[in-house]
Amino acid sequence: MIATVSYFEPWWIQVLKSIVIFAIALQLVPVVLLVERKLLGRFQNRFGPNRVGPYGVLQPLADIGKLLTKEQSRPTTSVGFLFALAPGISICTAVATFAIIPFGDPQDIFGTKVGLYGIDVSIGPLYLFAFGAIAFYGLMLGGWASGSKYSFLGAMRAAAQLISYEVSQGLALVGVVITAGTLSLTGIVHAQGGMWYIVPQLIGFLVFMTAGFAETNRAPFDLAEADAELVGGYNTEYGGARFASYFFAEYLNVIVVSGVATTMFLGGWLLPFGLDPPGWVDPFVVLFKMALFVSLFIWIRATLPRLRYDQLMAFGWKVLLPLATINALVTAIVVVATH
Amino acid sequence: MPWDPHADVIVVDRPPDRGGAASDLYRAFGETLRGLRTTFGRIIEGTTTLQYPEEKTAVYPRFRGRHKLHRFEDTGLEKCVGCSLCAAACPADCIRVVAAENTPELRVSPGERYAAVYEINMSRCIFCGYCEVACPFDAITMGHDYELSDFARSDLIFTKEMLLAEPLERTPLRAAGE
Repeated sequence: MIATVSYFEPWWIQVLKSIVIFAIALQLVPVVLLVERKLLGRFQNRFGPNRVGPYGVLQPLADIGKLLTKEQSRPTTSVGFLFALAPGISICTAVATFAIIPFGDPQDIFGTKVGLYGIDVSIGPLYLFAFGAIAFYGLMLGGWASGSKYSFLGAMRAAAQLISYEVSQGLALVGVVITAGTLSLTGIVHAQGGMWYIVPQLIGFLVFMTAGFAETNRAPFDLAEADAELVGGYNTEYGGARFASYFFAEYLNVIVVSGVATTMFLGGWLLPFGLDPPGWVDPFVVLFKMALFVSLFIWIRATLPRLRYDQLMAFGWKVLLPLATINALVTAIVVVATH
Repeated sequence: MPWDPHADVIVVDRPPDRGGAASDLYRAFGETLRGLRTTFGRIIEGTTTLQYPEEKTAVYPRFRGRHKLHRFEDTGLEKCVGCSLCAAACPADCIRVVAAENTPELRVSPGERYAAVYEINMSRCIFCGYCEVACPFDAITMGHDYELSDFARSDLIFTKEMLLAEPLERTPLRAAGE
């Protein structure tokens, strides 16, 4: 057995929990959509959407409703089965990754002990990267199966980008894992009781966030989409609900990376200054910290221009990878020396 | 320096070397932070947009919007005498004037003739203001109204009655110094 999963809940709690987590993830995406458009507007001296409903809060509903009622079209050059499958892969992996983000210590609900996370696997970050790697099939197959040159270029870029940045992202987390001495995400949160890892692992944090922008195909690393030159990249030929799936997966990935950064570097549900609120507050603390990271994503998108392809590759291999490696090495030496 | 296709050495413009990759990275990081500060400044600054249907752009007094035809205030007669100089001046050829004789029973304008038909096709008008300049009696002037969209092209042909009618003041005028 490679990974042990600490199941201590009865099966019906497991089922209920997965539904609740999926529902929460589903609710977070429209919120992030709206917040992004509103914030981007403010960053450009304008309001953003404010027509649909009070303060424009119903805008994401209108967007989703529009996308879902559109016709499903498919180019004649596309490979039908894969074309339909690819957005599904994207969305499944995104939701699956969301399952490992811990929202708090196990709580007593209905007289049963319930962990506030989908699963607490003993291989936390590995699970994350495994699904991150599968998520790339969603983009790659989608771009390839479209049978269009722009989609194919976008897919190629996505592949190259994901592969080169996943390495740095993984290495950036190695420092955290070494310091915490565990791969379980709840264990890592508990290990941050004294000090959040953003302080000792600042380099690791910066590398992780930068690679996170590339992993989620967000500006300034959104070469795979590159609306200006590739007309949307891998999702050029998609419309309607399938495009909505890609869109959903992208924003869910942003939320997931925010959640992982919260767990790994910002101490999950822990609060500074010795604050120890009752257990039901924990999920809100995590959500608040995630919101900070999502805002950072949007802030960066409003600020930085898209990198050129060679700049992206040079940055990934010549800057991020050495930095992450040195960070992991130094952390390892320090941990060995102090124990 | 222009590129010479036969040259052995091609001169490539490169930015000045500022001390290697580490210093480049340091500067890039600093510039990124500076950029973040700049965009955040836009939030502090607040919005500058106008919520259009509720708020409208104020126009200058000499703004050339929809035309108006005028009457004399004391007698109520139309200023237009049907001379068609505006139609002649119009570069877009969008004004149509058909003149008729004033009679003692039906006196519409103070001159010999008056405009029996006066139409401006707003879908053709380029709002150059030449009609206003050409008019010897200041009978036609450019107003301030710029909200002229409609559902059918035929609805954009403004008749004399529409141009004479006191227009709804839909456009705010710019205050002095604004």
